[in-house]
Amino acid sequence: MKKTGAEILIESLRHEGVDTLFGFPGGAVLKIYDTLMNYSEEVRHILVRHEQGAVHAADGYARSSGKVGVCLVTSGPGATNTVTGIATAYMDSIPLVILTGQVPTMLIGNDAFQEADIVGITRPCTKHSYLVKDVKDLPMTIKQAFYLARTGRPGPILVDLPKDVMADSSEFSYPSKVKLASYNPTYVGHAGQIKRAAKLMAKAERPLIYAGGGVISSNASKELTALAQKFSLPVTTTLMGLGCFPGTNPLFLGMLGMHGTFQANMAVTHCDTLIAIGARFDDRVTGKVESFSPQSKKIHIDIDPTSISKNVLVDIPIVGDAKNVLKNILKVFEEEPAQDWTKMRAPWLRRIDEWKTAYPLTYKPGPCIKPQFVIEKIYEVTGGDVIITTEVGQNQMWTAQFFTFTKPRTLLTSGGLGTMGYGFPAAIGAQVAFPEKTVIDIAGDGSFQMNIQELATAVQYNLPVKVAVLNNHCLGMVRQWQELFCDKRYSQTIFEVVPDFVKLAEAYGAVGLRATKPEEVEPVIREALSLTRPVVMDFAVDRNEGVYPMVPAGAALTEMLLV
Amino acid sequence: MRHTISVLVANEPGVLSRVSGLFSGRGFNIESLNVAETLDPSVSRMTLITRGNDQIIEQIIKQLNKLVSVLKVVDLTGSDYVGREMALIKVAAEASSRAEVLRIVDIFRGRVVDVSPKSYTMEITGDEEKIQAVIDLLAPIGIVEIVRTGKVAIGRVKKESPNSGGAREKVPPESLEE
Repeated sequence: MKKTGAEILIESLRHEGVDTLFGFPGGAVLKIYDTLMNYSEEVRHILVRHEQGAVHAADGYARSSGKVGVCLVTSGPGATNTVTGIATAYMDSIPLVILTGQVPTMLIGNDAFQEADIVGITRPCTKHSYLVKDVKDLPMTIKQAFYLARTGRPGPILVDLPKDVMADSSEFSYPSKVKLASYNPTYVGHAGQIKRAAKLMAKAERPLIYAGGGVISSNASKELTALAQKFSLPVTTTLMGLGCFPGTNPLFLGMLGMHGTFQANMAVTHCDTLIAIGARFDDRVTGKVESFSPQSKKIHIDIDPTSISKNVLVDIPIVGDAKNVLKNILKVFEEEPAQDWTKMRAPWLRRIDEWKTAYPLTYKPGPCIKPQFVIEKIYEVTGGDVIITTEVGQNQMWTAQFFTFTKPRTLLTSGGLGTMGYGFPAAIGAQVAFPEKTVIDIAGDGSFQMNIQELATAVQYNLPVKVAVLNNHCLGMVRQWQELFCDKRYSQTIFEVVPDFVKLAEAYGAVGLRATKPEEVEPVIREALSLTRPVVMDFAVDRNEGVYPMVPAGAALTEMLLV
Repeated sequence: MRHTISVLVANEPGVLSRVSGLFSGRGFNIESLNVAETLDPSVSRMTLITRGNDQIIEQIIKQLNKLVSVLKVVDLTGSDYVGREMALIKVAAEASSRAEVLRIVDIFRGRVVDVSPKSYTMEITGDEEKIQAVIDLLAPIGIVEIVRTGKVAIGRVKKESPNSGGAREKVPPESLEE
């Protein structure tokens, strides 16, 4: 029996295990949305209020669950509105499939109504993309799209679907295998390199693991923790890596880089062996490249060969999946002559401890609410058993510093692209994936306003997402840079008008709560958590608070500005 | 250093922009780029000339390999290969210089492909130095227009042991020209 393109599309999605779509309808996807009504039992569609929200929500769904996030939007403006979300997912290697409507094939290139060359526009920010011109190609295209999205270094795949192809019909059978001659990601690391790496790690006096988001993508937390624990290897992570190693473990040094902890930045500078795992030596991590970890031999484990020796030259590159490589390193390590690792690393760990004691992460309490205090309280009240999303800016860095992440996939944040407005829709996506979990977006008043329209989505689907707005009436991070580098000339970073978030939440049908004094913080958090509805918590925080330590852009990691 | 890189790609719409977009997006430069179908019509070969230090060339090759549409990347530089370029050169040639132009064409084993009372158009094939030499000789006479193809390149088969060529592709012996 023949099926229409739209039916084939949805059947194909079902074969890929998709049960949730985030989307927004339009003319070019009319047929798909009509067909969706027949599949309402199998596929849940979350109607967002802006297409950017759809991609971020699919992204939050993917990051929190490890599944591929899927969104569906119309052609032209629907498609172009997804670009920021796609670029966000691309920079952070998040598996997404973005289905965009397109004008009928006959009209492509004619500047038709709501036409945009979305494949062309997104070419630099997708892992791969497709324009489906024949309904017969549709099943294999969907198969390949999902395969590419979730394998190797994951990433967003865009599939452009012309209107006539969706209306056309064909016999349907879903391919069981995908064949891509030109795509063969390396999962198993080179045995010789693994041996060399294990040897180097065994004899290191001052080793340091620098773990990134790749550890989370490959679900390698267990292996990483085992390795670190067994051989007394201290661990620092990137922003993207937070949660891949328990923040409560004494071997954990906190995040490194521009707003990293004193001990992490000192350790990376003074270590003799640096073990980078699923991290890419981003400029926010390295600071001035020439003085980054100058004394160390470097091991780099990454599934993407282009990440290796891109910014920093490494001594032992290992291309492979972090989980697989770590397992094999553990195996080789065990063949090494037994040593008292704890004893061997004691002097190095002591030195790290001294750094930690000398300059711990801290802030000065005052009469008004300190943003760091709010984050500490959220941790305290929840016991850390939550999924946290953040926006971008000070709220993001304070969360990274002052919240203790113990499990992978519990911090969802736009690390690479730094997308303001990411956190709230991502929280919605995470809540859809985990209806029973507490999901909190730690936001700023600037970022929250960038996708605030999704409050309607949260209310419509009764997704009890909590938003903690650290409200300082300004664009805090940019203001902080202006304070430090522009002689306190605050060009366009002060909001003279900020909406009343409590009233706004109520207008959307959510709950609004406010704290203006430190003693009100905890009760507000407790009340928010007790409600099974979306809640916006408005915390009036100290505008003059900055994020410290801070390494100015382009400076060496040791040149930290401290509290 | 200049590198000649040979890239096999899937012959599908958009593949050229994926490759050229990679170069522009990452700030690599392309000095010349050549694309045409191979024996297998579903595969095209690109020959591109680029410039960069070892680290940049390494990144270029890795990034090219990362593109889903790219099947194979070979850096021919440093290995034994044949590289050729073709130029079509239109020269203003009036009575006094006509014989001289033909002599130059002859010396460089070029061919005249179009003649008019006031000009010759010729076809020259060879490596870059040869093309440049022709241009240098014809310039004083008066070049009206030049169209160059950019380099195409193919790896040579090692004569002693045909199977040991690491970066080379296997070519059936009958297709060898030189």
